[in-house]
Amino acid sequence: MKMIIAVIKPHRLDQVRDALTEIGVHGLTVSEVRGYGRQGGHTEIYRGAEYQVNFVPKLKLELAVPDDLSERVVEAIRSAANNDQIGDGKIFVADLEQVMRIRTGETGDEAL
Amino acid sequence: MIYRHLSGATVAVALSLLSFPSFAAETALSGGDTAWILTSTALVLFMTLPGLAMFYGGLVRSNNVLSVLMHCFAIACLASIIWVVGGYALAFGDGGGAQAWIGGTEKWFLLGIGPDALSGSIPEILFVAFQMTFAIITPALIVGAYVERIKFSAVMMFSGLWLIFVYAPVCHWVWGGGWLADLGVMDFAGGIVVHVTAGSSALLLAKMLGGRRGFPKELRPPHNPGMTMIGAAMLWVGWFGFNAGSALAADGSASMAMMVTHISAATASITWAFLEWRRYGKASLVGIVTGMVAGLATITPASGFVGPVGALFIGLSAGIVCHFAVEWVKQKIQIDDSLDVFAVHGVGGALGTLLTAVFATASLGGMGLAEGTTMGSQFGVQVIGVVAVLAWSLVISFIIIKITSATMGLRITDEAEIEGLDLGSHGERGYDI
Repeated sequence: MKMIIAVIKPHRLDQVRDALTEIGVHGLTVSEVRGYGRQGGHTEIYRGAEYQVNFVPKLKLELAVPDDLSERVVEAIRSAANNDQIGDGKIFVADLEQVMRIRTGETGDEAL
Repeated sequence: MIYRHLSGATVAVALSLLSFPSFAAETALSGGDTAWILTSTALVLFMTLPGLAMFYGGLVRSNNVLSVLMHCFAIACLASIIWVVGGYALAFGDGGGAQAWIGGTEKWFLLGIGPDALSGSIPEILFVAFQMTFAIITPALIVGAYVERIKFSAVMMFSGLWLIFVYAPVCHWVWGGGWLADLGVMDFAGGIVVHVTAGSSALLLAKMLGGRRGFPKELRPPHNPGMTMIGAAMLWVGWFGFNAGSALAADGSASMAMMVTHISAATASITWAFLEWRRYGKASLVGIVTGMVAGLATITPASGFVGPVGALFIGLSAGIVCHFAVEWVKQKIQIDDSLDVFAVHGVGGALGTLLTAVFATASLGGMGLAEGTTMGSQFGVQVIGVVAVLAWSLVISFIIIKITSATMGLRITDEAEIEGLDLGSHGERGYDI
């Protein structure tokens, strides 16, 4: 199993969700986060003065998927979240040791 | 305002000297005038609470929002008490031999001002209340200069002393029958009395206090421009009471003042937004509402004297001049007058006071200058008014700031500044995040 964590631009959430539903992903956790990458935030102008915004608002998606679905999920997120611009985000994939559904106690792929 | 108030006072003096009852009809109470000034008094208080408080509150960081609301609220309470105790007497009382410079002490604690006492065609106690709301908003305007880093005790001490030693005398000079009134200075609703005093003192206090941490390069943007717009909109509405109420009557002068006030606000707003759009590519909400305040401050001294065409020009020049003044203060001379009190109020108030001499002339659609005055001579008087009040405000404010600094201390600790004044000074938070 894989744990996939994606940081994306907030306005792309709906497209990403649709793309994931299409390939059979049934669950997703989203949180509002702030951060910076290579461009180091951005500037905003108020009353003629530039303000440095060091931490840009993003959404963090977390989802656990079976090994065989992992690559398609990554590709689906990438194509749905891609604006071809700096700040579109990143996708992280990590091995996932165990999963358990709290209600039934099922584990492994059964629990996904 | 001054002409009306004086004529009322003159008649009252004549009455008391001659005890000639048949004159009583001329100074009878007008129900219409009284109703309008009662309304205006509420409108002007509404400008500070919550208008100005929200306007300023939205412009600071999220961990300082309560401190700004607190400053405005506490100043409103303090100024009210000072006004009742001695402020009104110093500003509008009879100063006897010192009348040119300061009022007297006979009306301390508003003694002798019963419900039957009149000021012109309205109860004097209503005039006291109306003027009290001006005494509230003027020190509250200065809040914008020192947000996010000042001690609360310093705010209270500075504001109290400032009201007594800067505002009350200047108010007396211009509206209480002092030397600037004798000179014929035209300040309908407070371009000099309110905006030049507050703006210039704000700049000095910001300079002596020092900038916010990170000024000018690493500042955080306004946390809630929406709140700022709501506060600005309340200011706009409240300003109808401020300017049209300054006619001290429910008449054509008040109606014209309300209209030109509105025109100037709208024109300055659009001008500011247009400049931002041309210079930075985007017209911002914070920008358009700042233009609105500039337009309102600038029309204030002119509001009872100019016509709609004058208002268009005054609004246009307010939008342009104040827009560039903001950048001059922050970037060129690098004083952290944080919310641009000087650039918007000080510059706007002075600009409007000077332009009053121009657009009050009948040929430019104004209500006309006093007999025997020309545009040039009136302009000279306006310059004297602005310069004298500017100098007085700076000198006295300097002394007050030194006293406050020596007794209370001005600045909060670095730790509290980073944490924010909400928790650092008041022990509460605006947002649970």
